[in-house]
Amino acid sequence: MSKTKEVLLDPLFENNPIGLQVLGICSALAVTTKLETAVVMSAAVFAVLVLSNLSVSLLRNYIPPSIRIIIQLTIIASLVIVTDQVLKAFLFETSKQLSVFVGLIITNCIIMGRAEAFAMQNGPWRSMVDGVGNAAGYSLVLIFVGFFRELFGSGKLFGIEVLPLASEGGWYQPNGLLVLSPAAFFLIGGFIWMVRTWKPDQVEEG
Amino acid sequence: MEHYLSLAAKAIFVENMALAFFLGMCSFLAVSKKVDTAIGLGFAVVFVSGICTPLNNLVYNLFLKEGALVWLSPEYATVDLSFLSFLSFIGTIAATVQVVEMAIDKFAPALYSALGVFLPLIAVNCAILGGSLFMKERDYNLAESAVFGVGSGIGFMLAIVALAALREKMHYSNVPAGLRGLGMTFMLTGLMAIGFMAFAGIQL
Repeated sequence: MSKTKEVLLDPLFENNPIGLQVLGICSALAVTTKLETAVVMSAAVFAVLVLSNLSVSLLRNYIPPSIRIIIQLTIIASLVIVTDQVLKAFLFETSKQLSVFVGLIITNCIIMGRAEAFAMQNGPWRSMVDGVGNAAGYSLVLIFVGFFRELFGSGKLFGIEVLPLASEGGWYQPNGLLVLSPAAFFLIGGFIWMVRTWKPDQVEEG
Repeated sequence: MEHYLSLAAKAIFVENMALAFFLGMCSFLAVSKKVDTAIGLGFAVVFVSGICTPLNNLVYNLFLKEGALVWLSPEYATVDLSFLSFLSFIGTIAATVQVVEMAIDKFAPALYSALGVFLPLIAVNCAILGGSLFMKERDYNLAESAVFGVGSGIGFMLAIVALAALREKMHYSNVPAGLRGLGMTFMLTGLMAIGFMAFAGIQL
């Protein structure tokens, strides 16, 4: 049991997919200008990651090593198409905003990386738990970055005004840099700095 | 000829995959510790991207585009399979990567172990899928897409080698403990991205 708990909780801070494993960064930069898209994106990645880990793990003994990449990608691409259709059916407005990036979940290396590094060696139950943990670690960073970028970049949270903007008679002058992509780099850098100050054993030499 | 040169220059500098579109970030950050491995990955990306983009162009124009199947039989003139483009593009890319992986494993084992898990991950390098999607969106022909594929690969290589060189220099700097390594790399990439924003909007 403790092993399963470890697999579940490790990716949150100890082995965060973005902070430590360097996986799945492209989408973290692109969808975090607003909190809402960040949350929907996290949910989509959550579903795809858990299901792909489960399916790859179930099939792992039947996949010949020399063509494993194609098989993994086919599984992932099919799951992404299903997710895309579900989003279009139930969350049409948000899915229009996310459009390209739902498709780009296929190339989100967090999913491929976990399939390759974990699901190919472990049983279905543990792989699913690993999927849940890693998706949670990913969502944590995405929501953190999305929160700060939307709050300080446009003074809103979930599209609701929190800091009244100077242009509309309030007092807050939005920081335009936060809406641009470099800000996401600085925020993720800052997040890593915080986590590593809290857990000094993650500090890299050099 | 001039047209192709300006297309290549645009793909390398103005629309740099890594620094202007933030595609291919995972391997960009993870394999930039040393200039040598960065050059190795860079070449692999140039190679895969240079093959895949024209190949996907053929796949799209011969099979997927609306009316593309006319060469099979005139009654297919209205068939539109472009919704399959994601799946078939990624299939082409994955197959190419698998071939490249086997070739590198056989002919350059040292490079193979240095690239590690990031070689199979080229398949999910969004710079390459992104290149194919841009090719489809901008309606390049076969020659143009070959130039664009190689160009965007070279742009990626340029960015990753530059970042690796910066990171090697960082060894001599006194970076705060928690920021060492990956954290500082994020900050550096952010600064490089601001630098590359200067290219945005240049018309060639």
